[in-house]
Amino acid sequence: MNFTNPVLFKELKLRFRSFKGFNGILFFLLAMCIFVFGYIFLTVNLTGTSYFKPSQSFVLFAFLSYIQLGLVLFTAPGLTAGSISSEREKQTLPILLTTSQSSFQIISGKMLSSVAFLLMLIVAGLPVYSLVFLFGGISPGDFVKIFLFLFVTLLAIGSIGVMFSTLIRRTVVSMIATYGMMLFLSVVTGFLFIIVIQMKAFNHMGTPVTSPSYLGQFLASINPAVLFATFLSPELNRSITEMTKINFPIWAGYLIFYGIVTALALFIAVKKLRVNMKRLK
Amino acid sequence: MIEIKGLTKKYGQFTALDDLNLTLDEGTVFGFVGANGAGKSTTFLIVSTLLQPTSGDVIINGVSVREKPADIRKLIGYMPDFFGVYDQLKADEYLDFYGASYGIPEEDRKKLIPQLLELVNLSHKRDSYVDLLSRGMKQRLCLARCLIHDPKVLILDEPASGLDPRARIEMRDILKTLKGMGKTILISSHILPELAEMCDEIGVIDNGKLIAHGSVAEIQKKLQGEKMITVRLAAQSAEAISFFEEQPFVTSIEKLEGDEGVSFIYRGEEAEQIDMLKQAILNDLPILSFMEHVTNLEDVFMEITKGAD
Repeated sequence: MNFTNPVLFKELKLRFRSFKGFNGILFFLLAMCIFVFGYIFLTVNLTGTSYFKPSQSFVLFAFLSYIQLGLVLFTAPGLTAGSISSEREKQTLPILLTTSQSSFQIISGKMLSSVAFLLMLIVAGLPVYSLVFLFGGISPGDFVKIFLFLFVTLLAIGSIGVMFSTLIRRTVVSMIATYGMMLFLSVVTGFLFIIVIQMKAFNHMGTPVTSPSYLGQFLASINPAVLFATFLSPELNRSITEMTKINFPIWAGYLIFYGIVTALALFIAVKKLRVNMKRLK
Repeated sequence: MIEIKGLTKKYGQFTALDDLNLTLDEGTVFGFVGANGAGKSTTFLIVSTLLQPTSGDVIINGVSVREKPADIRKLIGYMPDFFGVYDQLKADEYLDFYGASYGIPEEDRKKLIPQLLELVNLSHKRDSYVDLLSRGMKQRLCLARCLIHDPKVLILDEPASGLDPRARIEMRDILKTLKGMGKTILISSHILPELAEMCDEIGVIDNGKLIAHGSVAEIQKKLQGEKMITVRLAAQSAEAISFFEEQPFVTSIEKLEGDEGVSFIYRGEEAEQIDMLKQAILNDLPILSFMEHVTNLEDVFMEITKGAD
């Protein structure tokens, strides 16, 4: 990581100078507060008790984790899918490309500035999030695990956004492509997983199938919602292993897949940012 | 210093640049003249490592654009014909960002930026947001940006386009200063007389082909085989008109409107022109003046590109 990255510093400066950045944090925290305090208020009132049980605290934690995941999945494309294409549209890209900065510096600067902004949103929400610790029921390990995988997801979706932004000339089209890819990874893979598991469960004679379902395991491993569900409900991990007949942790598959996706997307973006002068066309 | 060898750029069947060959010495100010779509910007984009050529190469200071584009970027300062600026960035921050992009240490940038702003007469705008500057100011700031890493070569694509007359003059003065600093400058413009004033060499490009190249004087000389001559007479004289009509190298003779005299196109040699004038005087024609029109660069450009299609 290059801390003297000029693009990163310029992007951070511009992002925090605009009202958009400030408004983003304000509305996110406001939504979090309304949700958390609203949930506590309703639970206490509906149950008729004047206290908040640890089991209810866990439900709140689960909801907040999915809100954070939703934030990452829906904000990361918006922040990264215009990173290069908007420079192209504003006619600032040719000048940037004639500077001495390497393509990797430019891409990583763009990527990290968006990631930093989203991380800041997540960190800004930590005080509200950590309210669940007050009532117990959550281990710090769960908390760290959730944040670590949120970060992995953020990097992957961010790098896909930067890649599409480099490959596609127009920001609108790049946004559509990135959101499409995000929806495929987070929603379509979930449906496909259910279909594959159902189809694999019984053969055409109606007898149970004992062979492993690699595709089912793969689809479960790349779906962020399934991964978070396995963190929040470890029994689900065992159920998936029984369904797919493959004993391989979902989180490991997730880490490998999105690690490769991040590296590949960044590699393509770096390679395609500038024209290859050596190759004859 | 700059050697362009067989540079060709094709888009499918369309040839935007056709076997361009050019050699420029260090410190030369080269003016690229051509109509829109002639191939000027394509050439500049390739030299600036922004566009891949179909064939050919550009060598700057012994470095090939094809082989070492990263090294070329350190040698050049490129100003596109159309460019944008970042919102919410001040003039000095704009230069600081590009200075950092060229790896200039922060301490050096702090000293350099006020000097550059002074060079382009923008010292008073250092705290202004760049998107709020006028077009002329943005052009000057962009020029300062080109100079931040002290490049040997400046590539300026239509730097004066869209500027009002005052801004044009300011830009021209800055370019003269840069010429005085010994920079090799490649500049394209539609304002041909302005190029003539500051360029050492001119290249005329049409349909992707370099159709004329040389000093301004050399290119003008190409048109010397045909010149327009105006003869003013003290009184309209049929004798004078018939005298010039009978001359062997005179064509397109016309009476002057609102004045006594004639104008005609002359295609003869200089010696024959002297003889014609001598004979006219010996014949007692009432000649007040005998004037050869100096062809300006616009005429030269129009003439050279006339038959290029």
